[in-house]
Amino acid sequence: MIQTVAAAPLPAAENYIVKKQRLQPEHLSGREKRISIVTGIHGDELEGQYVCYEIQRRIREHSEALTGIVDIYPALNPLGIDSITRGIPHFDLDMNRIFPGNSEGSMAEYIASEIIEDVRESDLCIDIHASNIFLREIPQVRINEMCADTLVPFAKRLNIDYIWVHGAATVLEATFAHSLNMIGTPVLVVEMGVGMRVTKEYCKELVDGIFVEMKDLGIWQGDVIEPKHPIISTDGEVHYLNAGYAGVFIPTVEHWTSVKKGSKIGEIIDPLNGVIREEIFSDCDGVLFTLREYPVVSEGSLLGRILERNGEQR
Amino acid sequence: MKKVQLYELKSLYRDSLKIYGYQFGGSEKTVCIVGAIRGNEVQQLYMCSQLVKVLKTLEKRGQMDSKQGIMVVPAVNPYSLNTNTRFWATDNTDINRMFPGYDLGETTQRIAGGFFQEVNDYTYGIHFTSFYLEGNFTPHVRIMKTGYENVEIAKEFGMPYIMLRNPKPYDTTTLNYEWQLWGTQAFSVYTPGTDQIDRAQAREGVNAVLRFLASQGIIRISQDGGYRSRIIEEEELVTVRTNRSGILFFHCKCGDHIREGETVAEIMDAYEGEVIETIQAPCSGRIFYHGSNPLIYSNTAVVKIIRDPQAEYFQQ
Repeated sequence: MIQTVAAAPLPAAENYIVKKQRLQPEHLSGREKRISIVTGIHGDELEGQYVCYEIQRRIREHSEALTGIVDIYPALNPLGIDSITRGIPHFDLDMNRIFPGNSEGSMAEYIASEIIEDVRESDLCIDIHASNIFLREIPQVRINEMCADTLVPFAKRLNIDYIWVHGAATVLEATFAHSLNMIGTPVLVVEMGVGMRVTKEYCKELVDGIFVEMKDLGIWQGDVIEPKHPIISTDGEVHYLNAGYAGVFIPTVEHWTSVKKGSKIGEIIDPLNGVIREEIFSDCDGVLFTLREYPVVSEGSLLGRILERNGEQR
Repeated sequence: MKKVQLYELKSLYRDSLKIYGYQFGGSEKTVCIVGAIRGNEVQQLYMCSQLVKVLKTLEKRGQMDSKQGIMVVPAVNPYSLNTNTRFWATDNTDINRMFPGYDLGETTQRIAGGFFQEVNDYTYGIHFTSFYLEGNFTPHVRIMKTGYENVEIAKEFGMPYIMLRNPKPYDTTTLNYEWQLWGTQAFSVYTPGTDQIDRAQAREGVNAVLRFLASQGIIRISQDGGYRSRIIEEEELVTVRTNRSGILFFHCKCGDHIREGETVAEIMDAYEGEVIETIQAPCSGRIFYHGSNPLIYSNTAVVKIIRDPQAEYFQQ
């Protein structure tokens, strides 16, 4: 059942419309638990699109096993998705910096407030992001340290590879996830893959995990997998690899591999002079969970992130 | 005058990005004035160029203090000015959301960090800036309420208004905010205009800074005293919003005095040309801000009014 979550008229014969798909059992008791799958806040992050499709496909195959409510919001920022724009076109602000929104505010703030109202009664919400076009990420959940106690147990069931508990930052207080977490609706932020692309393998793994969450909440009675054990960032320090020179980055290792201290990660080449400007080495033993995808780099561009791990192999 | 390079970032194919400062007067770090941090802040760049021109003359004539020093930085982001993009062209990040910066971080964090290191120990910091919404403001000095703000000294600009803003989360990484946290008295000077130059308004902004410099004894000039500034809190502004979307026409401009019930704008159907909404002033007062985009969304702030029941006395 397709429902309209929020709508606002645009100047030229169009409405800004946020829609959702609701899947529920034929007969409701009124006590059903509810999970919300949200994606498309950033118009250039598309990994969640396949997840939205795949969840519905699996539920429809065994609709008798559905005992709760599944709400799917594939496009919070439809204008951005249509125009390959991260933010809402015409607004300078990132949509993920205007939550919880304001029903009396600008169009974007009004839409944001309607979305929050619609999602807030969920028992769990998964907010799916991709990385940007520059970096490839392994499937991971990012958790503000303020919410770690509540969210880490949920994240462990999601069949992702990595849980990154990060420090609190004032600028992140206006995100969709933080706004809902602060009013008691648990939201897990998933980051995976790369911007403007769909990585089917990651999407399927995440969908497996979402069904584990659904089973745990009593929304799904079908078979589910045993989720993998994620690495948690509090287990070790995150090391950043930044470019020291402008040039073209050519990795020499695969993404999501174990690296040793001193092992080579890649090179920054200078095509004009035909030389290597910089060789990039790991400064610790660990796993390379972020790797640059877009080759052209400026000084400072992020090339990769390594989680320090001693003696363990991926 | 001494032209100094404050920061350099090498590029693969482009000429290096260089941030220049123009130093005047003595060696003390008294006032730093910053122009374009975004690539469309042409008015702000122009205002700095006019300030450099005036200060050069004053220095030649010996009308400058020998101890206190001034630095003018016309542009922190010349790359984006040259490619006509508001933000950093590669990843669309805003350098004015990266302060205090980080020298081992991403590119715009490094630029913000490298630049901030050169300007974080001035007594006063002045930023010619533009707002995140398209539109025009009545000229004013804006101060972020960080707990370190100095409203009294802002009166020395002699601008019509001093606006006090409670910082939102996204303000906490701007130059103005970080300057204050690091002990610099920071002021943002707003004049109408961003990507188009308004010479008369630019002159107002430059004169305000000259007035401030003279009040501190940094330059010696005879100049008018400007306005006796009215102090307003941002929350006091009355926001007027649209109900409909379409083509917007204003019946007023910044600085106009209006009466309650007066028409401030009309919205036309974008296809059929009929007026579909008449927007009236909910109170008497003075127009402080109005939008500039003719295509308008519904529920959007188009006008902000400084409430003033006596506005009719001023009405021409």
